[in-house]
Amino acid sequence: MATIKIPPVLRPSVGGEKEVSASGENVGAVLRELAKAHPATEAQLFSSDGELNRYVNVYLNDEDVRVLEGLGTAVSEGDTLVILPAMAGGGEGPPASTG
Amino acid sequence: MSPSGPELIRHIKQQIREVDPGQVHEMLDDGVALVDVRETEEFATGHLPGAVHVPRGYLEQRIEGAVPDRSQRVVLYCASGNRSALAAHTLTEHLGYQDVASMTGGITLWKDRGYEVVQPRALTPEQRERYSRHLLIPEVGPEGQQKLLDSKVLLLGAGGLGSPAALYLAAAGVGSIGIVDNDEVDLSNLQRQIIHTTDRIGVPKVDSAEETMRAINPDVRVIKYPVRLSAENIMDILQSEPWDVVVDGLDNFPTRYLLNDATVRLGIPVVSASILGFDGQLAVFKPHEGPCYRCLYPVPPPAELAPSCGANGVLGVLPGTMGLLQATEVIKLVIGSGEPLVGRLLLYEALGATFTELKVRRDPECPVCSRDPSEITDEEMGVFPDYEAFCAAAG
Repeated sequence: MATIKIPPVLRPSVGGEKEVSASGENVGAVLRELAKAHPATEAQLFSSDGELNRYVNVYLNDEDVRVLEGLGTAVSEGDTLVILPAMAGGGEGPPASTG
Repeated sequence: MSPSGPELIRHIKQQIREVDPGQVHEMLDDGVALVDVRETEEFATGHLPGAVHVPRGYLEQRIEGAVPDRSQRVVLYCASGNRSALAAHTLTEHLGYQDVASMTGGITLWKDRGYEVVQPRALTPEQRERYSRHLLIPEVGPEGQQKLLDSKVLLLGAGGLGSPAALYLAAAGVGSIGIVDNDEVDLSNLQRQIIHTTDRIGVPKVDSAEETMRAINPDVRVIKYPVRLSAENIMDILQSEPWDVVVDGLDNFPTRYLLNDATVRLGIPVVSASILGFDGQLAVFKPHEGPCYRCLYPVPPPAELAPSCGANGVLGVLPGTMGLLQATEVIKLVIGSGEPLVGRLLLYEALGATFTELKVRRDPECPVCSRDPSEITDEEMGVFPDYEAFCAAAG
């Protein structure tokens, strides 16, 4: 079982949880299990060709899986996956400027 | 029978190594740690180039901050060579420094030989009092404080993140603080934008921020840009002063990418933070020494996953926490101490009270920072992709 840290924008898709658990032998399998348990996350994580979306960073413990072996990176019991989409809020309040 | 003072000094000088000013002059570019052990008032009248100041009365407490490596070659000097001899004895015999010498004749003989003396710019008595708690820590000290007073920091936004950063940077004595913000103070800002006040609702944020900062510290020069940062003005603003650091408290992706591209081109480090709800992210993007924003986030998320495109809830203290972490990184960059958050991303989750640190690598194929900035032509400078459509797509 690995722990997956869920970013704020994905929490509504997993019932508001900050962390969920999923099993799988590699990063891809763990994320697939997450998507199976919480179908709303699938389109946010994966592109139509089954690859991780370019705008989603996934870290195994503290290392970006892109510099490891991507979705094929082996996951061990007790590992933590961090899903991290970009965040841009600055606490301004009114709707964002557009440049 | 106890020896007289002069006898003791003669005795100690036989036990330590002394070097002639001529030898010290030859060592200057050789990685030697030069330590001036005189009193503060003496140091202020002039010192050897590159010398650090550790008054003999504070030698034991402060030498490790000034010279942490005990195998480092150290030359001590004072006015005439007596106090430095005693200090050299202490470092060698009691503190385990392995290569210590005292300069014969002190700065007096140095000057007689016609060697260069640096005139430090002294802090005023009021500044010595105001920044006294900085002066007491070796990592800042008078030199670090002078660097802060000479520094120029540009804050993008006087909002949630910019407010606490501006307050503390002004208090720390950052000499010039630029603020880019075209908003006016609104009642709904005051839950977190603590640089503004209730009686300034409707006042431009740059004016309100300036008033608060100057009330805290009249040393600070506030440079106001009451405009919305855009592709049209970003190069002018970034080049209007020799900014040492930019503090990014922007509230949207298009401008963050725009800022990244411009600062990578100009080689200006950016201390970046973002917040949402109870979550914050912090990183330092130092061009060509670490990854840039595009290395971390090659493409922005689609609009439905980019909640910055609209008003969102945030716990009022969260931008305080993140803005102060930004201010801390700015000060570290300016004084050159510590390990700045380069190549690392810090996540803070306030509800769980957890910090998570992730590694961020430079992307060798980064469309911006993998290129030599000098190869970027004038025509390309200031030309950016059309980011405008991005948030428009979010509605």
